[in-house]
Amino acid sequence: MTPRPAPRHHPDAALLMAHAAGTLPEAFSLVVATHVSLCDTCRVELAAHEETGGALLEMMAEGGSGRHEAAMDQDGVLEKVLERAQALPEAAPPAPPAPGTDLPEPLAAYVGGGMDAIPWRRVGGGIRQAVLETGPDASARLLYIPGGRAVPDHGHRGLELTLVLSGAFSDSEDRFGPGDLELATPELEHTPVAEPGAPCICLAATDAPLRFTGLLPRLAQRLMGI
Amino acid sequence: MARVARGDRAAFAEVFRHFAPRVKAYLVKSGAVPALAEDCMQDVMATVWRKAAQFDPARASLAAWIFTIARNRRIDLLRRERRPEAEDLAWGPQAAPEAAEALALQQDAARLARALSDLPEAQRQVIVQAYFGDLSHAQIAARTGLPLGTIKSRTKLALDRLRHAMGRE
Ligand SMILES: [Zn+2]
Ligand SMILES: [Zn+2]
Repeated sequence: MTPRPAPRHHPDAALLMAHAAGTLPEAFSLVVATHVSLCDTCRVELAAHEETGGALLEMMAEGGSGRHEAAMDQDGVLEKVLERAQALPEAAPPAPPAPGTDLPEPLAAYVGGGMDAIPWRRVGGGIRQAVLETGPDASARLLYIPGGRAVPDHGHRGLELTLVLSGAFSDSEDRFGPGDLELATPELEHTPVAEPGAPCICLAATDAPLRFTGLLPRLAQRLMGI
Repeated sequence: MARVARGDRAAFAEVFRHFAPRVKAYLVKSGAVPALAEDCMQDVMATVWRKAAQFDPARASLAAWIFTIARNRRIDLLRRERRPEAEDLAWGPQAAPEAAEALALQQDAARLARALSDLPEAQRQVIVQAYFGDLSHAQIAARTGLPLGTIKSRTKLALDRLRHAMGRE
């Protein structure tokens, strides 16, 4: 990827840790993995959290029932594992990133290509979205907000992660540019407004439907399915 | 591990004896019934053997590398979800990893392990639950009867201590 300014807004430690632990819903993990692809600081942090996982694995007691049997049978299991490894497909060396993709790899895998491949659907007010297929505990979508346009006022029942891919938006909290991740909790009510000029394209994930404050936006909610 | 990568079965047997029971215990603790945990563990260890050449001691400790394999397998099997993984760095044409880098990383990992075992029990339990319990903060609170705020502040305390012990801040 082309060099770009380092992101200023990052996932917090709890979120990175949960991503390392593998306990986040898939949609949130997708947002975190996409941010990490764009952020060297978080890449290092994430590796440290994975080391914590390794240290905990080391500390894991070998206990449990049938410890004796298990020990006696271990060589048999080892043989089975070696046999099983034969049946695994040849471990290919990590593939070089597909050239010419303008989306970070983890996201490109969900879109099935780059920006051009995003199956946008109009949802009113010039805003477009594309819902990505993830596990059921949270949902992920790409949002296209024309320059200068606002996403209606809304609060959150759960956690909302918004990662800017291109363009920028601002809300009462701050300005968010490419690579920046905004973490919105139920306490935050905000009106993200795309900066004038180029459209703002974001990846957003939430584990609860958004709660819009006005009457008209509720209609938008129905239309947008968020 | 270099010997494992070259196909040395005796070396792999050592790795297997050490990690197979731990991987299985991790899977059981994460909610897999023993039969599934056994099957999944065999799969993880087969992957370790098969991908040994991809293990890079300058980028992760062996325990952390095996942890990530077990974690991904668990997500795949137990939750039936995909695991989005960050894009790998383009390493470019580079010589073999520096031995010094690998050594520094192993020392960091050892320091981290010591810091973890030095944590007050309550803080360590919160971290253990976060990694191995497959529980959100809210779910941990429900299970331990602790209010959510306490869990969050304990997690933060524990992370701060670990960070401190690692000399990052
Ligand atoms: Zn970051
Ligand atoms: Zn929001």
